[in-house]
Amino acid sequence: MKNVLLIDFGSTYTKLTAVDITNERILGTASAFTTVETDICEGLTNGLKILEEKIGKTEFFKCYACSSAAGGLRMVTSGLVPELTGEAAKLASLGAGAKAIGIYAFELTEDDVLEIKALSPDIFLLVGGTDGGNRDCILHNAKMLADILPEFPIVIAGNRTAAAEAKRILKNSEVYVCPNVMPKFGVLNIEPTQKQIREIFLNRIIKAKGLSRVSGLLSDILMPTPSAVLKAMELLSNGTKEEKGIGELVGIDVGGATTDIYSVADGMPEQMNTVYKGLPEPYAKRTVEGDIGMRYSVQGIVDSAGFDEISKISGLSKERVSALVEHLKLHKDTVPNGDKELEKLDFALSSCAVREAVRRHAGKISETYTMMGQTFVQEGKNLTHVNQIVVTGGSLIHTKETEKIARFAYFSPDEPESLRPKNANVWVDRSYILAAMGLLSSYYPDAALRIMKKELEFHGDCQ
Amino acid sequence: MGNQEKKVLIIGVIGADVHAVGNKILYHAFTEAGFEVVNLGVMVSQEEYIAAAIEADADAIVVSSLYGQGELDCRGMRQKCDEAGLKGIPLIVGGNIVIGKQKFSDVEKRFKDMGFDRAFPPGTSPETAIEALRELLGMDGENK
Repeated sequence: MKNVLLIDFGSTYTKLTAVDITNERILGTASAFTTVETDICEGLTNGLKILEEKIGKTEFFKCYACSSAAGGLRMVTSGLVPELTGEAAKLASLGAGAKAIGIYAFELTEDDVLEIKALSPDIFLLVGGTDGGNRDCILHNAKMLADILPEFPIVIAGNRTAAAEAKRILKNSEVYVCPNVMPKFGVLNIEPTQKQIREIFLNRIIKAKGLSRVSGLLSDILMPTPSAVLKAMELLSNGTKEEKGIGELVGIDVGGATTDIYSVADGMPEQMNTVYKGLPEPYAKRTVEGDIGMRYSVQGIVDSAGFDEISKISGLSKERVSALVEHLKLHKDTVPNGDKELEKLDFALSSCAVREAVRRHAGKISETYTMMGQTFVQEGKNLTHVNQIVVTGGSLIHTKETEKIARFAYFSPDEPESLRPKNANVWVDRSYILAAMGLLSSYYPDAALRIMKKELEFHGDCQ
Repeated sequence: MGNQEKKVLIIGVIGADVHAVGNKILYHAFTEAGFEVVNLGVMVSQEEYIAAAIEADADAIVVSSLYGQGELDCRGMRQKCDEAGLKGIPLIVGGNIVIGKQKFSDVEKRFKDMGFDRAFPPGTSPETAIEALRELLGMDGENK
């Protein structure tokens, strides 16, 4: 029997998943408080103890980990035009599992670089200009950055004709040069940059995040947790040579502070009379809504949905909703724990979070009349025909209403412009194994896929 | 402007205009003539031309319009270019750019007053536009 241990170092919990590779099954899972401030080993040791109580003493021949501890992988990006290389830089860093804590466009100002110094990101991504295009912006920004003597690594992935000079300007910093994220207008090439970001994370960040003390235990792989989740989503969708995937999907993870949405889908226009505008989006796309979350970012849900809507969905009065929301803001560790009112409120909040975050992730279509008749303009991905939704994250897997909440991701006739899924099966990550399976997929993709298909709770009747 | 060998052109059909054939012909003709062409396709807004021109460090913007609304669509474009740091970038427009039968010299004057460097009537061959671009970009004497 070959057993593998998968670890997810979170900012509050260390989650362990033990897998029997030979029989392709989960042996057990456990979680314990993470204590990055003192010693990350403590969370791990406690977790291992809990796991041992559940499944008995077990030998593991490999151990892989992902981490979102200590704020995750915090990145700042700078590009030229916000909708073009600015957007490409954002897509590249989010897809690599990072948290974008600062997004800049055009030339950096003195105030900007002071702000960046204060933010002290884990990695800075410097882009701008197509290959052979604008050089001035990226060179200016390199000079501005050099002035603050950055102590963080910088990845340069802009106009290739300016890359060498930008590197020279930043000679006193740790600099990596990658191919341009937008080599030609409207063409994205973000994978090489993402690979570089993960390598830096592996080599440098884990030391800074106090993870090196456990690295003796780890076999070799370590990636940011969202990157592991995205890998799991891609595997589940695409499948392997041996095992079929479930097809194009939308993934939803509502957390306490942020809401992550994933789509593994093409999403290009389906009709001849539809014109696509803007950057083509990556096939596997991740977006993070920093203002949408169940506790730390509850105000963002209220702002986007409004008290009326939350009151309507929850069945509570507006006054009650308002009072309870204030309570949640003060007591961020509140869990419903059988309290009927709080259950109703959490149901409404997570439903609104799902609807708003998927609305922002999905593409939009608008109708215009031209001399040639009716025409449609599409921006972003058309997800209307995606019929699999995968749901994970604490606030959605600890409620019985998961399926109902997930259906708030659906297309609505009230907003025909928002290209969300029209009908879908719902897969619930009840045992919270997606990140672990993403890690496992690097070595045992077939086993990881079959375990997911077995373990994810299935609802629906879509073909 | 950029020091790359090829001059960079941004082309596209402005406004709510979906005429794609002429746009494709121009793309091939300009590429054949030795330009680096960024083709934005149909239904292009002023902002999209400008964003692409900044990112690609373009040498000129070529606007097409076939559905008669070109005059409305092109209004203010020069000012926006100035505002976006593309001061002096050559702007060329061509096609069926106004409604009805009008004396083209009047039309040309109106577009020049709007800040366009050249305006071309319906039926202009790509060669004429290429010649005008070479002249505007100081490429005289080049073989291609």
